[in-house]
Amino acid sequence: MPYIIEGKTGNWELIVGLEVHCQIISESKVFSGASAKFGGEQNTQVSLIDAGFPGMLPVLNKKCIEQSVKTGLGLNAVINKYSRFDRKNYFYADLPQGYQISQLYHPIVGEGFIEVTTDDGTRKIRVERLHLEQDAGKSIHDMSPDKSFIDLNRCGVGLMEIVSKPDIHSPDEAGAYLRQLRAIVRALGTCDGNMDEGSMRCDANISVRKVGETALRNRVEVKNVNSVRFVMQAIDIEAHRQIEVYENGGTIAQETRLFDPVNEETRPMRSKENANDYRYFPDPDLLPVILTDEYIESIRASMPELPEAKKKRYQSELGLPEYDARILTMDGDVSAYFELAAHGRDAKKVANWVMGDLFGYLNKHGLTILESPISAAHLGGLVDLIQNGTISSKIAKEVFEEMTVSGKSADVIVDEKGLKQVSDTSAIEKMISEIIAANPDKVAEIKAGKDKLKGWFVGQIMKASGGKVNPALANQILEKKLAE
Amino acid sequence: MTDLVELNVSEALDLLNKKEISAVELAKAHLAEMEKGRFLNAYITETPERALADAEASDKRRADGIARPLEGIAIANKDLYCTKGILTTAASKILSKFVPTYESTVSQKLIDAGTVMLGKVNTDQFAMGGSTMTSYFGVSKNPWADSNGEYTLVPGGSSGGSAAAVSAGLCMAATGTDTGGSIRQPASFCGVTGIKPTYGRCSRWGIVAFASSLDQAGPIARSVKDCALLLEQMAGYDPKDSTSVNKGVPNYVAALGKDIKGKKIGVPKEYLMEGINPDVKATWDKGIRLLKEAGAEIVEVSMPHTKYALPVYYIVACAEASSNLSRYDGVRFTTRVEGKTLDELYKNTRTDGFGDEVIRRILLGTFVLSAGFYDAYYIRAQRVRRLVYNDFKKVFDEVDALLTPAAPTPALSYEAMKNMSPVDVYLGDVFTTPASLAGVPALSLPVGVSKEGLPIGLQVIGKHFDEETVFQVADVLEKSAGFQLKPHRVKGA
Repeated sequence: MPYIIEGKTGNWELIVGLEVHCQIISESKVFSGASAKFGGEQNTQVSLIDAGFPGMLPVLNKKCIEQSVKTGLGLNAVINKYSRFDRKNYFYADLPQGYQISQLYHPIVGEGFIEVTTDDGTRKIRVERLHLEQDAGKSIHDMSPDKSFIDLNRCGVGLMEIVSKPDIHSPDEAGAYLRQLRAIVRALGTCDGNMDEGSMRCDANISVRKVGETALRNRVEVKNVNSVRFVMQAIDIEAHRQIEVYENGGTIAQETRLFDPVNEETRPMRSKENANDYRYFPDPDLLPVILTDEYIESIRASMPELPEAKKKRYQSELGLPEYDARILTMDGDVSAYFELAAHGRDAKKVANWVMGDLFGYLNKHGLTILESPISAAHLGGLVDLIQNGTISSKIAKEVFEEMTVSGKSADVIVDEKGLKQVSDTSAIEKMISEIIAANPDKVAEIKAGKDKLKGWFVGQIMKASGGKVNPALANQILEKKLAE
Repeated sequence: MTDLVELNVSEALDLLNKKEISAVELAKAHLAEMEKGRFLNAYITETPERALADAEASDKRRADGIARPLEGIAIANKDLYCTKGILTTAASKILSKFVPTYESTVSQKLIDAGTVMLGKVNTDQFAMGGSTMTSYFGVSKNPWADSNGEYTLVPGGSSGGSAAAVSAGLCMAATGTDTGGSIRQPASFCGVTGIKPTYGRCSRWGIVAFASSLDQAGPIARSVKDCALLLEQMAGYDPKDSTSVNKGVPNYVAALGKDIKGKKIGVPKEYLMEGINPDVKATWDKGIRLLKEAGAEIVEVSMPHTKYALPVYYIVACAEASSNLSRYDGVRFTTRVEGKTLDELYKNTRTDGFGDEVIRRILLGTFVLSAGFYDAYYIRAQRVRRLVYNDFKKVFDEVDALLTPAAPTPALSYEAMKNMSPVDVYLGDVFTTPASLAGVPALSLPVGVSKEGLPIGLQVIGKHFDEETVFQVADVLEKSAGFQLKPHRVKGA
């Protein structure tokens, strides 16, 4: 179902392109030797280059090139063997050089795509480009009423700006694109994708048009959207705002707006912030980046399996439904856990446990899969006990609970607590014979055709055994005894 | 006793090696001369304590038998070179309080070679100018007096402080930087020798940037050999400058003293421009004749894009400068004039901290990079730069080196320049900017004298990374020209 917004004057559709800034995982910054680590004491990770001292020159960090190429390959994109850096000139206190080194004219990565799945199916969202640039520092305006403070730790950290084509047509699709992009960069180890720490940031270019129109209307760039949920929300809010303006006879200017999640609105940035002429020109301090086929191929050869390929493998080789395969491959840690737990086992059964009880538990306690009290091997062991009839699914839930508390393996818990399912036929026969003998009236009713009462008998058996009797076996023996 | 301040670097090294003089004596003689020559305003900062300490350490190394290639040689650094712990102003107000915590790669190499630093010499502000008249610290005087015996002439620029100090014996050699002629033109004005090496030969790290794709460090000294000695120590790959080139530095001195029989020397006809000073023209002719007599084959060549070099240079250099100078914003290491808003702080600081010429070039550069003008100016200039480059590439298939004038006139007077329009001043760079745009090495050495008795330099231009041929040709020319004149002041003042 295409996403349509019904307005007073007709149906509208949504056109969105996303610009995502991904901080590159690297030891040092893109043009200086200072540490690129997040969270250091303010202004402790600043070199003379970052601070723009006289005579300082940038030197390209090759690791950032490698990470960009890797990411480009992960986006199924063209790697440009010739790329170059440009200066984007503007004055701001957290930009000591007075320009940001970026790539306007010749980005390192060209067109590619990301496969995105929503409830409406799977679509390719095209990526226009990925370019390498340096991050600015941070201005802190809320520490003093009349002063701003500047932290240059972030200044010069490598960024990959990944720009999509205007191929996104619903908030859901935008969310799916972002989550998939995050899964890719995480799987590649090129960006940690933490939107709350700002290592992944998103600006959305949003426009609307009447269904059936072919031309694009003016787009609005919405900045400052710091989570997947906010991006989806901002798109929805901005689209509705634009439609309202149009339907009231107004026009939408090409402008930049800020998303305010508290008041759930977008509002214009000061016009001054809009009116920049960045005077881009090639940075004469840096040489063009020339990549060879061998270099690109060596990076391709070192690529891990990407979420999309992994998803397809889970479907074809493990027989998982698309939904399960997608969920389990969103996060590299989750898929690693799952694969370990599912090794040599019924993948669907293991998937059910991971996506059901385990995710439920982790969510409830705010834990990541890496912090799970139950190891992958232990979860696999639990599934084994169900599969070989040692415990019932019902007992297994109890064992699972115990595993989260003690961290012990399932068989140890089953042993210690005596939860082993009774599969000894003679013992079960004895139990059933006793119950039949004690309830001749009910037996008579069954024989008279009241089949439903069989369930009552099974319940009695389970009660008497403390739930440890194998229910299938109990049913079988009960049938036999009743027929005698 | 030899007059220590008249010694060339090579002569002084000889005497130092023979223990006939000491580095301390050499430093003291120059410090005394600097005092006498203070009216020339060649230095922005004198560092006598540093000089004496350097000299003592140098003498000790020599005594210990661990003398280095330029052990004890007293030099000055252009005030564009960041010097650790020593004021570095770029001759500007905005950096008038800036003391770097680091040493530029090239000045560090000279320290490592055993030199003694006497101080920091004057320059046009941010190297923008051809006279030192744009310096916040006042104009330097050319030690060559005018026909009335008055010191009214400019030393040229931007490395005018370097050239004046070397010419007047206030140091034995000095570092300069050359963006569009800033080493070669003042060398010509002051009757000394200076070389702008191939772009990428010397590291730019730690030198206050003017125009990054053109800036190059180089020495100014009193002989071709001294320049060779100095450049050999200054040159070399630096991983901190991505545009420096990873090539071994040849033994430049070894290129000297070789004859040039059969060498082809190109004389580009487009350099014979209207308005060229007749004495400059006569000197050029003299140079051509001398090289011919020395056995070189003189070839008239054509470099059709020469006339575009000057406008292209001013577009490219100003564009880069407008961006390079953005960092001087009042937020960190510069002077600051407060404002109510950040924009006001920028405006106040930069209006107060930059001189007129710097502001003019920032505006020019900002304009040519602006939306709507970028293609017409900057992109077009880059294309024409390529054509200028191709001119050189083409003639160097044919000839080994080129001989041209270094400047269209001898040194001009301060008064005359004051009344010139900026564009007329820019015309002084007409012979030097083509080599800058092409990135090829070019050396200026004194060959002739004007009617007024002022030195006139010629320019030897070579192929990329072929400073050896440049030195070889210049050496022959120097010897045959026999330019012996010295400025009046050394004896007279």
